[in-house]
Amino acid sequence: MGIIAEIRTSISETVNSIFADQGTARIGIYGPPNAGKTTLANRIARDWTDEAMGAESQIPHETRRAHRKEDVTIERNGNSVTLDIVDTPGVTTKVDYQEFVDFGMEKDDAVERSREATEGVAEAMHWLKEDIDGVIYVLDSSLDPFTQVNTMLTGIIESRDLPILIIANKVDLDDASPGRIEQAFPQHETVPLSGQEGDNVDELYERIAEKFG
Amino acid sequence: MPEQIEQEGEEPEEGVQLDMISAGRMDEMTSMEKIHFILDGVRDGKVVILESGLSPDEESKLIEVTMSEISPDGFSGIEIESYPKEKPATGILDRLLGADESKMTVIGPANQIETLHKDSELISAVVSAR
Repeated sequence: MGIIAEIRTSISETVNSIFADQGTARIGIYGPPNAGKTTLANRIARDWTDEAMGAESQIPHETRRAHRKEDVTIERNGNSVTLDIVDTPGVTTKVDYQEFVDFGMEKDDAVERSREATEGVAEAMHWLKEDIDGVIYVLDSSLDPFTQVNTMLTGIIESRDLPILIIANKVDLDDASPGRIEQAFPQHETVPLSGQEGDNVDELYERIAEKFG
Repeated sequence: MPEQIEQEGEEPEEGVQLDMISAGRMDEMTSMEKIHFILDGVRDGKVVILESGLSPDEESKLIEVTMSEISPDGFSGIEIESYPKEKPATGILDRLLGADESKMTVIGPANQIETLHKDSELISAVVSAR
């Protein structure tokens, strides 16, 4: 490692340690809609607090407000880390109520869900700007990761020097390709898992303890 | 606030207007002026092409302001495409050294642009008239 790179790493580590000393770190679960964020948040919350965090659904934008679970203590390999887990609404650049009508919702309900979804996206961005100390970025590994929302969000997270752990979720699906996500974000550590089935969650907890501890 | 680019002559009955904005033009604007400049154009059905793209903070603001302007049976949001960053700024030193990560960026109405393919070197999209 060159001198400049060493200085850069040292400064980033110092900044991160200052963050850590300010109290329990708040870890935001971010990603596009329907990536499995709430399913993963519920998995983590149930495993370590015996309580779920939010409702899960196949219809996009089920989570329209950020939910925080405080003081989640994760223990791995003799290490213990206590975090606040924040499950955030899926981030997108477009919301059309017709999408919810296509899922069988009445127009009035779809319009209301659309309005709440737009507020939820704005709230998620606000949390990222003000109140998040690290990010678990969740992607559906059966989908193309080269989307603009993913490019922008990871860029925003990187620009704020926040530690980030990429989750290649839904590896239980037949067309899952976690390797594609690793190729899309080679600068970050990627953990393949299934939040739904619980596959490989032990590695997730090890990585969380290392990354955010 | 900089003025929107006005089309000379009559509006075409069909077709999509492309506004290609130079880096110099964008550099003259504040962040919020850039956001409103882009969204005003996109809401009018234009496709805006930025030579130098937006900073991460500006992209964050663009998402927030876009969400506030979405309305049922009206504006449904934006489609935006740029290349992934080759070398992300990961620390304070990157920013102090002024690492230039800006990339050409295409922004248009969500209901008129469909991305066909995107990877680290190629973006292929189809733009339809309203």
